[in-house]
Amino acid sequence: MIAVVAATVREGLGWNLVDDMRQLFELHFMVNAFRAGTIVAVVAGAMGWFTVLRRQSFAGHALAVVSFPGAAGAVWLGASATAGTFVASVSAALVIALVPRSASGGGDGEDSAVIGTVQALALASGVLFVSLYGGFLNSLNGLLFGTFLGITDDQVTTLIIVGAAVLAVLAGIGRPLFFATIDADVAQASGVPVRMLSVVFLVLLGCAAAEVSQITGSLLVFALLVLPAASAQRLTSRPGSSFVLTIVLAVAITWVALAAAYFSVHPIGFFVTTIGLGVFVVVTVAQSAKVRIQRRGRSGFTSQGLAA
Amino acid sequence: MRARLLAMNAGDFEQQSVVGIPSTVSRQNPTPPSPPSPPPADVRPMLEFSQAAVRFGYRTVWSDVNVSVMPGEFVAILGPNGVGKSTLIKVALGLVPLSAGTATVLGAEPGQAGRDLGYLPQRRSFDQGLRVRGIDVVRLGADGDRWGTPLPFARRWSAQSRAQQERIDEVIEMVGAGQYAERPIGEVSGGEQQRLLIAQALVRRPKLLLLDEPLDSLDLPNQAAVAALISRISRDEGVAVAMVAHDVNPIMSYLDRVIYIGQGGAVSGTVEQVINSETLSRLYDTPIEVLRASDGRLVVVGDPEAPSHHSDRHSGRPLP
Repeated sequence: MIAVVAATVREGLGWNLVDDMRQLFELHFMVNAFRAGTIVAVVAGAMGWFTVLRRQSFAGHALAVVSFPGAAGAVWLGASATAGTFVASVSAALVIALVPRSASGGGDGEDSAVIGTVQALALASGVLFVSLYGGFLNSLNGLLFGTFLGITDDQVTTLIIVGAAVLAVLAGIGRPLFFATIDADVAQASGVPVRMLSVVFLVLLGCAAAEVSQITGSLLVFALLVLPAASAQRLTSRPGSSFVLTIVLAVAITWVALAAAYFSVHPIGFFVTTIGLGVFVVVTVAQSAKVRIQRRGRSGFTSQGLAA
Repeated sequence: MRARLLAMNAGDFEQQSVVGIPSTVSRQNPTPPSPPSPPPADVRPMLEFSQAAVRFGYRTVWSDVNVSVMPGEFVAILGPNGVGKSTLIKVALGLVPLSAGTATVLGAEPGQAGRDLGYLPQRRSFDQGLRVRGIDVVRLGADGDRWGTPLPFARRWSAQSRAQQERIDEVIEMVGAGQYAERPIGEVSGGEQQRLLIAQALVRRPKLLLLDEPLDSLDLPNQAAVAALISRISRDEGVAVAMVAHDVNPIMSYLDRVIYIGQGGAVSGTVEQVINSETLSRLYDTPIEVLRASDGRLVVVGDPEAPSHHSDRHSGRPLP
């Protein structure tokens, strides 16, 4: 960690905040990185909120891992890596959706076996595609652990189109999806197409995971998809507030991580993950402290009442 | 079982219903519904099964079932474990198809009743880590099936949204959940969750409530209080209630009628008409004895599958 800080300072981060900001946005690739990062963070936050509530974090992780063979395979075949990630993640989402979810929902039982298998197969075929490609696949590290260098204007356009589509569909199904998540039996009895929503959600999750993997890399999508939502839901139990807070946290984490990665020589995936984890740990500790204080306050009140 | 029977008597119920549930509904309701009177002959039943049968593959769950629930009635659906009580509810909801006979719910095919039908599924409880408030779960009963996403501050400019909020507050008050409706539902007790779910089922002013073992996994005082609550709602709101139960005793004093299900059919009538040695022996085609304790509790003895043995569901908990 000390080495990281030292490197950060060495790369020209000064105490002049305005100057630092100017430096940050001077280069086009960095502007593109912030554009892409912001889009990805908003999509990750919105989808992550439902993913955590539905206990499908494991599925989200698997779908992100699948984006790696998608990209590697596309490069091997001479196609666009971005297109490859989306095709692979959405196909994997459909495979996972074909397996009926257990009534209790969540990533347990048969579900997790299928998801784990998909994930292992994905990593294995990714390695195969890299090997088939033969030459030194320059971006292997970036595919797995994230990069913000060299995001093209075209890539930003793709991200914004897919992101907008995901958010539009999510806005359309938000309320019934929430119902089906909280209370599948009653939702189904009230005419909510629970099974169909679950498939649609997984496809959206595939798109979102593929988007996020462009920034954090396949293996670290979890950080942006799950940590902001998990933190926000601990902070408030009001659905609207925690949803907005999730997106705010995701965007903030991404911006800070991008800045940190720019001023250091270390990969962005590390910064996204550690900052996200930092937020989560602080929130969790604060939450349990609050509960303890409340409990103590309540018991104190009771004993006073008894004394009186 | 004996311990349970001895621990409670009919007087406890009265006490519970007074202490446990504040009866504020009639005060809040501007137009209190008229007390239920015996339905006239031409009133259509809320729920009607005729010659109904359900088969899964080669297994017949039940057949030749004829039952009906009239408006405003509080009816219990009883029978041993695995006899298909929940299946009957699922047929009424349109989730399981009949393999023979007909089912009519609120004058329509099952699954078509929509807003006039309230449903409470059998469950253990919400996950402890679920960070969603009770009031949000209740609200889903009002608009959870509408497409779209709730907009922030909708109550400021939408009269419909305000009216919905008023109804939500009203049902929460009705079930006595005002104290904990703002807390995450995973953190409140089983009995409190059950009250919130009853509120959820009531938001749309249903004409028929289908409850699947709402007293299961509750402790005895909560069983009595929730039973009293359901009875009061059925009376005050004029809702017909069909409730699956494995033990008739906590609800016996509130019931208009019971429906006892066996494989070869169902019998319905008052508690006295149905839960007696003769009727149950005929239904299950095996000698069954119904004993009445001095305090009025019923114990069914004989068939290893009979309800008196179902208390083993509670064996995980120390008896009071």
